[in-house]
Amino acid sequence: MTDRALSVVRAGALTTVQDLGRPGHAHLGVPRSGALDGPAAALVNRLVGNGPEAAVLETTVNGCAVRPRSTVTVAVGGAPCRVTVDGRPVAWSAPVRVPAGALLDVGAALSGVRSYVAVSGGITVEPVLGSRSTDLLSGLGPPPLADGTVLPLGRSTQLHACVDVAPQPAPPAELVLRVTPGPRDDWFTAAAVHAFTSRAYRVSPASNRIGLRTEGPALERATTRELPSEGVVLGAVQVPPDGRPVVFLADHPTTGGYPVIAVVRASDLPAAAQAVPGTPIRFVAVRRR
Amino acid sequence: MRALPVGDDALLVEVASGEEAQALHAELLRRRTEGSLSVREIVPAARTVLLDGLADPARLASELTTADVPPAPPRAREVVELPVRYDGPDLADVAAHWGVSPHEVVRIHADTEFSVAFCGFAPGFGYLTGLPPRYDVPRRATPRTAVPAGAVALAGPYTGVYPRSSPGGWQLIGTTDTVLWDHTRAPAALLSPGTRVRFVPVGSS
Repeated sequence: MTDRALSVVRAGALTTVQDLGRPGHAHLGVPRSGALDGPAAALVNRLVGNGPEAAVLETTVNGCAVRPRSTVTVAVGGAPCRVTVDGRPVAWSAPVRVPAGALLDVGAALSGVRSYVAVSGGITVEPVLGSRSTDLLSGLGPPPLADGTVLPLGRSTQLHACVDVAPQPAPPAELVLRVTPGPRDDWFTAAAVHAFTSRAYRVSPASNRIGLRTEGPALERATTRELPSEGVVLGAVQVPPDGRPVVFLADHPTTGGYPVIAVVRASDLPAAAQAVPGTPIRFVAVRRR
Repeated sequence: MRALPVGDDALLVEVASGEEAQALHAELLRRRTEGSLSVREIVPAARTVLLDGLADPARLASELTTADVPPAPPRAREVVELPVRYDGPDLADVAAHWGVSPHEVVRIHADTEFSVAFCGFAPGFGYLTGLPPRYDVPRRATPRTAVPAGAVALAGPYTGVYPRSSPGGWQLIGTTDTVLWDHTRAPAALLSPGTRVRFVPVGSS
C-alpha cells in the first residue's frame, strides 16, 4: 500500500465513499447513487483543491475518525460538527492541514445528518461503472467504512482554496419541498392530493439514502388497480400501500410499482439529506418550469 | 400513447402494451444514436418508457404523441443462450398452475424465445417476456428471504434470473451457472433491454 492512504480509526454509524454517482445506467437497474448533499460535497472538494468529481466521505449522524499516512489538506462540511486534529479543535468548512499520522476526528453532527470530508487528491478506490460511490440499494461500489479500512488517496494537483471559512446553508428547521404534480396524481382521491400539499408531515427515522420516509396523513388511492412497474426519477414521491409518501433519494430503485404522486424539485433535495427525524415537512405545489 | 410530465426535465411515455413499449424504446434508442434526441436516461418498463434529463420535455411530448412509431425492428443481436438445470423447488407448483406435467413445463419454457422487456429490481435483473398469457403465474404467497444467484424464476408474465442472492417472491423453476452481472466485465450486464434469450436444458448432475 502506498503512503497516499487513509486509515479508518472510527467508522461511525454509517460512513460511505461518495462522488457524483453513476447516472446513465438506470436501464440496467443501476441506481444513480452519489453524495446526498451534492452542494456540500462540491464545496469541501473545492476547499481542498479537488475537482468536483473527486470522491469524499459522507458520514451519518456521529461522524468518523481517520488517520492519513501522509500529510494532506482536508475540509469538513455539510452537517456542522466539531473537528479536531490530534485532539486540537480546527475549523469546520475550511481547508485544514493534517500531518502524516495525525488523527482527524469528525464529531457528531450538531445539527443536520450528514457531514462531508474531502481529502486533497480525493479517495481513489476502484471505480465501478465510472463511479466510486457506495450504493446501499444494489451493493455496488466500496462497502461502508469499517474500523481498520484503508482507503487509497490520489495525488493532489491543485492548491487548496485560500479562505478562512466558507459559508454553508444551515440544516433545515422546517423542510420545504417544492413539488410538481404527477405523473400518477390521478391515482389518488382529490382529498388525498389536497392533503399532500396542505397537511403537516414529519421526517421519519426510517429514512436512509434510498428514500426520505415521512410520518403524517396516509394518502388514499382512488383506484385499487395494480401499477405495472415503471421508471422513477430522483425526487419522485412514491406512495406505498401504507399511504405515507417516500421521497426517492440517490440510491432509489430505478423502477417502482407504486404510484408517484409528485416529484420534488432537484434543488430542494440536498436539504432533505440534512433533515433530522422529526423535522416538519411541507410539500408545496409549484408550476413546472 | 400518452406522455406524462415527470418533474421539470423528464417524461413518462405510456403505451398500451409491452410490445409497444419495446417498439418505442427501440425508436428512442435509434434517435439517440443518430443524434436527434439528447437525454440522460431511457428506461423502458412494462407499459412505459421513461426519458430523464431532457432539455425541453414539453416539446418532445407533443412531438411524440403525434409520431408514428414503427414496430420494433427485427433484432440483429445474437440470441444469448442460458444453460439451465430445471430443478427449482417451485417447478411442481408452476406445473399445477399451467395444468401440465413438470416435464412439459421444461419443454414449453425451453422452446420459447424470450426477450428482455426491461431491467430493474437489481443490476442486471431482466424482465423477460415471450410466454403466452395463459402461462402467467402468481408470485409466491410468502417470499423467500434468500433466493440463490442464478435462480431462474417466473412471476406474472415474466421470467427472470437472479443476478445475485437476494430476497424474492418469484416461483423458482431452475438454476443457471452463467454470470448475469459482473461489473469488471464490459458490458457488466449480460442481459439488457432488447436482448433475445433462450434457456437450454442441461442435466442436473
